[in-house]
Amino acid sequence: MLELKNISFAAEAENGKKEILKNINLKIEDGFSVITGPNGGGKSTLAKIIAGIITPTSGRILLDGEDITDLSITERAKKGISFAFQQPVRFKGITVHDLISLAAGKEISISEACNFLSEVGLCARDYINREVNASLSGGELKRIEIATVLARSTKISLFDEPEAGIDLWSFNSLIKVFEKMHGNLGGSIIIISHQERILNIADRIIVVSAGSIEQTGTKDDILPSLLGKADVGCRVLTSKAEV
Amino acid sequence: MNNTQLELLKIVADMEGTPEGAFNIRANGGLEERHVTENVDIRTKIDKSGIDIIIKPNTKGEKVHIPVIISESGLTELVYNDFYIGDNAEVEIVAGCGIHNCGGEESRHDGIHSFFVGKNARVKYTEKHYGSGDGNGERNMNPTTVINIAEGGYMEMDTTQIEGIDSTKRVTTAKLSDDATLIIREKLMTHGKQRADTDFTVDLNGKNSAANVISRSVAKDESYQLFISKINGNNTCNGHTECDAIIMDNAHVSAVPEITANHIDASLIHEAAIGKIAGEQLIKLMTLGLTDQEAEEQIVNGFLK
Repeated sequence: MLELKNISFAAEAENGKKEILKNINLKIEDGFSVITGPNGGGKSTLAKIIAGIITPTSGRILLDGEDITDLSITERAKKGISFAFQQPVRFKGITVHDLISLAAGKEISISEACNFLSEVGLCARDYINREVNASLSGGELKRIEIATVLARSTKISLFDEPEAGIDLWSFNSLIKVFEKMHGNLGGSIIIISHQERILNIADRIIVVSAGSIEQTGTKDDILPSLLGKADVGCRVLTSKAEV
Repeated sequence: MNNTQLELLKIVADMEGTPEGAFNIRANGGLEERHVTENVDIRTKIDKSGIDIIIKPNTKGEKVHIPVIISESGLTELVYNDFYIGDNAEVEIVAGCGIHNCGGEESRHDGIHSFFVGKNARVKYTEKHYGSGDGNGERNMNPTTVINIAEGGYMEMDTTQIEGIDSTKRVTTAKLSDDATLIIREKLMTHGKQRADTDFTVDLNGKNSAANVISRSVAKDESYQLFISKINGNNTCNGHTECDAIIMDNAHVSAVPEITANHIDASLIHEAAIGKIAGEQLIKLMTLGLTDQEAEEQIVNGFLK
């Protein structure tokens, strides 16, 4: 279980400090949690704080009761936190196979690596030896990014807007990937998303707005109010995907 | 040959035991071993130091290895190797130079390789440069490559220098006839106080000739790299030159691409980029459980693969 205690984060801005996150308290149990809320509300910052990429100004982070606030990105990764970037990184010369092997933490065979690619709907043989560079499209990179998290198979899997940059056709199969993951990948799956169809498969929904947690509860508690309140729904469900 | 020499041979020419096909091993300034085949002749030059490698027209699928190794401190040499590749021949040539210098004096190999690629012939040429040894003596290499490609000929040149060479000036010139193609891929890594100068000049003289010169390099520590690439389009032709460098620590890198069109139908492109490893690349690999050093190593190795 992941626990955030009094997490605040302020960034340097032109006119002094800008508060991005204000005193966040959150317990994320095993299962499927979706963090949603308007753009600029602090969702990605929260994810980066969990992965160790951003250090909070104050507050503590606990993983299964252990304080991991002062651990590096690498140490947290080794403790079992995986993070799929919103904008995947490109590498000249590193192949898809190399990247999936690095993620798995050991040299894996081509057929094993292909299984992870098939999981995310890529025709594996076409991709396995390609470089993770500019020759891949945004949607292809996103899927490979998700495959690296599947290959790690850790207790916390964090996805920052997996739908962003994915076209309509790929989106349907992406939803299937997450539905399947819901059954297979243990531990906590945390997805930052604006998509109703992803919210629909959540066990819990957390609404983050203006740096604070606005609502948290089960899907059945939260989703109707998100969809019902026109203004909130409109704000929350502004899609970045081309859907 | 001793173990050091055998190790050098393995690194620079992928040679373990006796290779198939023709070969010529030069060790510490003299001929160590030579083998010729029906289609590939190797002759010692009479007027100066070096060899002629003569490949008969229409030869198919042969490999030629011509490594040079130096394991004595203080040995300097200048060698001329001329390659005559007959019309329609298809051949793979592996050259390479390894210096192991444990002593305090400079060891230096200057090699001048001239290629005469016949009509419609295809050549894949690979050369590796490598230095080892913990003496204070410098390990220097100055390879010069002169390429002439006749009508319809094709040559690929892969040149690699990964660490160990203190100073290198690598000069390559090429002249292409009608329908000739040249592809050069350079991989370079320098560290310590090393200096590497690369200078390519390609003259696209023939109609529909084409050249692609690609360099990837990593400069670490206090090292210095200078990359010059000139392509002259003198006819209907396509030329492309690309230099991509990662700079680390206190290194210096200069990239000087130069393209000149002397013909209305010459189409030439140059690209050059120098930058440090992107922070987000390190972060991504760290989220996979690698330390920052391991991440850096993976990025550099991938880049130079």
